[in-house]
Amino acid sequence: MTGDAVLSAERLTKRYGDREALREVSLSAGRGELVAVIGPNGAGKTTLLSILAGIQQADEGSVSLGPREIGWVPQQAALYGKLTVAENLRLFARLEKADDPEAEVERMLELTGLRERADDQVSVLSGGNRQRVNIAIGLLGRQPVLLLDEPSAALDPRQRERVWEFVLSLAAGGTTVVYSTHDIAEAERHAHRVLVLADGELIFTGAPGELEDAVESETSHRGSDFEQAFVAYLKARGH
Amino acid sequence: MRFLLAKDLRILRRSPMLVALLVIYPVVIATLIGFALSRGPDKPQVAFANLVPSSGNEIELGGKRIDVTRQAGPLFRAIDPVRVKTRAEAIRKVRDGEVLGALVIPADTTRKLQAGLEPARVEVFYNADDPVKSRFVRDTIKSQVQDANTALTKELSKVALDFLGLIGTGGEYNFLGRQFDVLGLERSEQILREARADLPRGSPARAQIDEVIRFASLARENLDLSDDVLSSVSAPLKVRQVELDGGATPLSSFAVAIAAAVSLMFITLLLAAGALALEREENAYLRLVRGLVSRTALLLEKAGLAAVCSTLVVTLMLVGMGLFVDLDWGRLPLAVAATAAGALAFAAMGLSVGALTREVRAASLLCVMASLPLTFLALVPSGSVAPALYEVVRVVSALFPFKPSLNALDVALNGGEDLGIHLLHLLALFAGFGVLTRVALNRFA
Repeated sequence: MTGDAVLSAERLTKRYGDREALREVSLSAGRGELVAVIGPNGAGKTTLLSILAGIQQADEGSVSLGPREIGWVPQQAALYGKLTVAENLRLFARLEKADDPEAEVERMLELTGLRERADDQVSVLSGGNRQRVNIAIGLLGRQPVLLLDEPSAALDPRQRERVWEFVLSLAAGGTTVVYSTHDIAEAERHAHRVLVLADGELIFTGAPGELEDAVESETSHRGSDFEQAFVAYLKARGH
Repeated sequence: MRFLLAKDLRILRRSPMLVALLVIYPVVIATLIGFALSRGPDKPQVAFANLVPSSGNEIELGGKRIDVTRQAGPLFRAIDPVRVKTRAEAIRKVRDGEVLGALVIPADTTRKLQAGLEPARVEVFYNADDPVKSRFVRDTIKSQVQDANTALTKELSKVALDFLGLIGTGGEYNFLGRQFDVLGLERSEQILREARADLPRGSPARAQIDEVIRFASLARENLDLSDDVLSSVSAPLKVRQVELDGGATPLSSFAVAIAAAVSLMFITLLLAAGALALEREENAYLRLVRGLVSRTALLLEKAGLAAVCSTLVVTLMLVGMGLFVDLDWGRLPLAVAATAAGALAFAAMGLSVGALTREVRAASLLCVMASLPLTFLALVPSGSVAPALYEVVRVVSALFPFKPSLNALDVALNGGEDLGIHLLHLLALFAGFGVLTRVALNRFA
């Protein structure tokens, strides 16, 4: 699944006053790769994605792609509740200067499975459907990389499953997906590669299986609950 | 930018309650302020008991008859008189709250005026339930009685002057139907001079007659001056009214300018602040400024939307008010220009508010909270506070768009100078608040 790096970031550092929110974090992601960024609250996940998306500037370091080359989906749905699903898609397709905005709207309605809801105002959609539209808008620019900030947060298990089906289909289609989550199981289940951030520092990068091995080797939690083991792992690393 | 504009208009169209409130609320507020400023209180109802018999309405002075009831004319123009027959009835009406006050002219009024030995007194009764109205009635009656007093004094002075003229120059005088020939000082002096000429030289009577002639001459000369003296006594203070700077806008037309400025302020501020805050409330702001739209373009779009909508509403409002208030229709283009300039300045200010807040509700609240003090501050009249404080008020008012908008609308609607300066002032505020908003967006968004 992993090919040549489509997205790479080198030694990203971000400071808020005296506090270092991100310390020399580097990463890369290949075509069609699903990369999960995990870590406790305040670890720097959102800061990392914001810098990759071009919303914030890093104090040091660089990102290989510009903002227009990366699709970005914020944690909270960035949609206009008074507009319909189709109108939201059409507006952003036009702002993205799509060659054929109507064709893009059709493509996204197809992709999200929301064709029947096209004329419904977004305010009446369920959280899951709203998130699908939110992600679809992030894809309108047809960028090769998609950043998802906690895409399944605040969704019930059924809605979460539908969102993940959608995201996995994107990756299968060749889109590189980098997503942040604090749900360890979600990272383990869907990601090809996991990045562990703690206190702004990248403390692990590798496949989910490798993370399990690292956790087991550094803690006494063998075969027990992985989330507990992960917390022990962070503690052992001084976080 | 046009896609965003179309989006905002569509959202507005789908928020009819919001649009209705946005239009109706400022119009109602503006109309109320306009009414409060342009309409004085209604004429107060005052019971009026004239106990002077109809046959005794006139007094006779020096053979001239003066109708004292004529002096009540101005009073009746200032109040709504409820005529009653007795003093008790007048008092009862005040006590029952049927009237705000009562004016009683006692039966002996003209007799006392005629005798001139003691002043005639009228009685005034007030209902003090409502201090404001009570004060108004009291002041109205007091002022009108004062006017009547002055007018009566003037009449009496005229009669006195006629008497003095008679003493000076002599002539016919009618008293109780009998005709008298009054010699007068002038003719007395003449007779004395003729008599003196007939006396032999060295007669001791000549010196005595000379003394009387000197007295008659001196008295006549001084009586000539009495015209001016009595005129001064009858009206010791006269008012000469001179209008200095500040224009001569009728109150009703000024009220139209205030109503328009208030509406313009509310509509534009709420729309601009709400439109920008909505982008953040819907979390769309970061998505937009991440390469889709520049921050400056986004601000210009919101400012344009708010300014165009509010200019349209206020222009329609002016046309509507023009049906009831005398407006010069030829000045409407100037008024539209003033409205548009004010709308741009208010829009920029509204965007500053929108940049500081993350929610539409918070932005709206902040707009209302900021608007009211600015309005009242701009309406503080000179002389009502200490000069140094008034200077502060002027400076603060000049830093916000309400006062300049009011000035521009007033000049545009009612004529005057410096419309160009007011428009430039508003455009400067547009630029200033625009820069402030841009900085605030970088800092807070």
